[in-house]
Amino acid sequence: MADPMKIRAQMKGDVAEIRILMSHAMETGQRKDAAGANVPAHFIQTITVDVGGKRVIDGQTGTSISRNPVFGFKMKGAKAGDKVVVNWVDNKGEKRTDEAAVA
Amino acid sequence: MNTTRRTVLKGATASTVLAGLIAAGALRPTQVFASDWNKAAFEAKDTATALKGIGASAPAESKDVVVKVPDIAENGAVVPVDVVSNIPGTTSIAILIDKNPTALSGNFTFANGALPEISARIKMGQTSLVRAVVKAGDKYYVAQKEVKVTVGGCGG
Repeated sequence: MADPMKIRAQMKGDVAEIRILMSHAMETGQRKDAAGANVPAHFIQTITVDVGGKRVIDGQTGTSISRNPVFGFKMKGAKAGDKVVVNWVDNKGEKRTDEAAVA
Repeated sequence: MNTTRRTVLKGATASTVLAGLIAAGALRPTQVFASDWNKAAFEAKDTATALKGIGASAPAESKDVVVKVPDIAENGAVVPVDVVSNIPGTTSIAILIDKNPTALSGNFTFANGALPEISARIKMGQTSLVRAVVKAGDKYYVAQKEVKVTVGGCGG
């Protein structure tokens, strides 16, 4: 199981800034290990962000997102205390869901 | 000690937990799962095919799409990208890197108050144009900027 995400959601005026740090190797499938064997691709394919029970971001990603991905989003209509739920699924079917509250 | 009673109790607890898990699993797919991964677009080797894959074959150039990337990236493994769309009605932003082995890096759809902007960190194999393709209504718009990737961290 992958390590938990770090999620920070903060109100700046009427806009909520959501920053997410995911812990993932994001292997492209093009790298070779020390023995010269191909390291199989292992990367996050879908990301969703729900705030206050509503789907805000529905994202798909490929191999060219950096290792330990960081994403930043902004939204209107959120308020302090709203629950932020972030979910990702990778190409091996591994998944992780983490929550935070808008501060 | 009444071993049968123990076994029955244990069995009961296990099946309750299992039922709980199944219920949770059965409820989840609609809430959690995102739309299916667009394999054709993400495995496309070049920008044109990738654009076709996301349904944006001929996006129009637009100054209202702002791509913020460094001019020179010393480390191609971590290149910060910021995309902001000032086009009203923007529903999605895709990020593409022309010269990467697979061009499409990410495609994000916005809803329920999300502002049409995103920041991410991408990998770049070599100096290339970074494109942001924005969908607003039925139309697609594009803006691009070149990032020079310094291989080996010095010179270039």
